[in-house]
Amino acid sequence: MSLLTLENVTIKFGGLVAVDNVSFHVGKGEVFALVGPNGAGKSTLFNLVSRFYDPVSGDIRFKDSSILRMRPDQVPSLGIARTFQNIELFEQSTVLQNLLVGRHRHAGVGGFAQAFFTPSVRRAERAHRRVVEEVIDFLDLQPYRDKYIAGLPYGIRKVVELARALATEPELLLLDEPASGLSLEETQEMIFWIEDIKKHMGITVIMVEHDMKLVSAVSDRVLALADGRELAIGTPSQVQSHPDVIRAYLGTSGIDGDAGDAGAAGRG
Amino acid sequence: MRFVFKRSYDDDIRLFRHRAQMFWYLALLVFVLALPWLIDDFLIGEATNVLIWAIAGMGLMILTGHTGQVSLGHAAFMAIGGYSNVIMLQSGVPFVLAFPLSGIIAGILGMIIVLPVLRLHGIYLAIATLAISVLTEDFIIIAEPWTGGISGLVAPPIDIFGIDINRYGTPVLFYFLTLSVTLVVLGAYRNILRSPLGRSFIAVRDSEISAQAMGVNIARTKAVSFAISCAIVGLAGALLGLFAGAFNHETFNIVLSIQLLLMIVIGGLGSIHGAFFGALVIGFLPQAIAISRDGISSLFGLGSWTVPGIESGVFALILVVFILFEPLGIYGRWIKIRTYFELFPFYRKGMFKRQKSYLKTERMK
Ligand SMILES: Nc1ncnc2c1ncn2[C@@H]1O[C@H](COP(=O)(O)OP(=O)(O)OP(=O)(O)O)[C@@H](O)[C@H]1O
Ligand SMILES: [Mg+2]
Repeated sequence: MSLLTLENVTIKFGGLVAVDNVSFHVGKGEVFALVGPNGAGKSTLFNLVSRFYDPVSGDIRFKDSSILRMRPDQVPSLGIARTFQNIELFEQSTVLQNLLVGRHRHAGVGGFAQAFFTPSVRRAERAHRRVVEEVIDFLDLQPYRDKYIAGLPYGIRKVVELARALATEPELLLLDEPASGLSLEETQEMIFWIEDIKKHMGITVIMVEHDMKLVSAVSDRVLALADGRELAIGTPSQVQSHPDVIRAYLGTSGIDGDAGDAGAAGRG
Repeated sequence: MRFVFKRSYDDDIRLFRHRAQMFWYLALLVFVLALPWLIDDFLIGEATNVLIWAIAGMGLMILTGHTGQVSLGHAAFMAIGGYSNVIMLQSGVPFVLAFPLSGIIAGILGMIIVLPVLRLHGIYLAIATLAISVLTEDFIIIAEPWTGGISGLVAPPIDIFGIDINRYGTPVLFYFLTLSVTLVVLGAYRNILRSPLGRSFIAVRDSEISAQAMGVNIARTKAVSFAISCAIVGLAGALLGLFAGAFNHETFNIVLSIQLLLMIVIGGLGSIHGAFFGALVIGFLPQAIAISRDGISSLFGLGSWTVPGIESGVFALILVVFILFEPLGIYGRWIKIRTYFELFPFYRKGMFKRQKSYLKTERMK
């Protein structure tokens, strides 16, 4: 069964066609990777699914119903969570508080009850904390749970963002460059986590990633984009050996390892 | 440093982090309850004044400190509370009903008034709310049949279930009335902060984009924050009206709006403590200036003299000093001093420096 379907999606920024007639579908339980050189339109695809951008044409469907009439803040309630390429955390809050915001879509208590902190609010708060603590355990964030984001190193922030997305208990997880800026060990850890997220949590993952080691380790299928257009789609090895993909990456720095660094440098 | 061992989820939910903290707050509560027996009636009046400032400060702190929306129009919402309270009292509504209603009216009207400008950010929102403050002042003058125009209104005596409460006749009772309102607002504020609503406020303040990605409806959250903020400030306005006895449009003029904002900046944005620290400064500043002026006069034998606008001047000076040297306000300074003693002798200078996170560009997503 197809969980997310994009059909002939196009978006333009002024004269620039950032995503050009792209179609693909992601099945339930899949890990689906988006690759491509800088400016290929990968993040833009995520922002389209998050409803931050409106496509010029085409349709985006989640579980066979179009999401194009939804506001961005309604998307998480479908069970779609995401991370951002340039980490977007609540800086002046602790890790725990950040993850608790992830519980927002499950918060079903009225404002007045909250002002009096009624027993029902207390019960709900306990339940939220149970979920959040599980996520903290899973991602080994215990040492940081009461630390403010503003004081945390980059690698930890990346993990906190993943944790916050998981705290929403999503069905579909969109990860925008989960391993960029991470050390080798941290990247290895990220590979294990993504595998666990798929196998043990049953969450479907779409990720944008430059690091081909990570992509081939975890993804079932890969979509390669360049200049907003689809180049190739298939298994990681099929896509990596596709002539168009190799050509698109010539002139940059090759598809493996280095491309990730080039990407990081380009953004830094 | 104190390390708080957490054993259950309630450890994060409860109001006090540990026993010692609870002890100090209880001691403070006992102190403010005993205050009328410690100081004379004039100073009780001053203490009441500080509490009214603190209530208004908490109102604005929810909006500006915790939701990140700057308002330069909150005197207008204080006015709505002050006027509606007295108008209801004059038409025979009992105080126990009129008072909470004045808060509710201020909350609802406040929200309706700001709905059109809610999409504005930062300085633009500040300017729009400033305009609201100015317009409200004019409106009060125009709406003379209700508001008494330029001559204003006189607050009728109030009684709560037969007990007569009057700022001049029974200042201690008025103090306790103000104190109970302060405690109720404080309790509600604390509860909101540990609930989903408070977290969504902070989320909107820190990153609208990812608040949305977590399912927070930005427009609605801002509107709710405004409503709560205006309601609390309305209550403060109602108390201020009673405290002043007689008031007109000048009582709630633009200067009050600015003072409110400066108060929470000096006190420390983003913490409830900040509202109280700020209230202490702004409440006692006129006294402090008067006392030091008299001191200087007698020292040099200058006799009585006044400098027009000295209060605003000193206030502005304090603000500038804080923005330059302690942007986190009095509360921020307090935290640093406390940490210094808790860690003695291991306090490092850079301890509260923010760590820069690299790889963050100006691009949003
Ligand atoms: N809000 C916007 N306004 C104008 N142009 C935009 C906007 N967002 C993206 N673009 C442009 O669309 C193109 C695709 O951008 P996108 O961020 O999707 O690239 P990407 O594939 O994620 O690249 P990277 O690997 O650098 O993250 C770029 O040329 C970018 O400049
Ligand atoms: Mg990108």
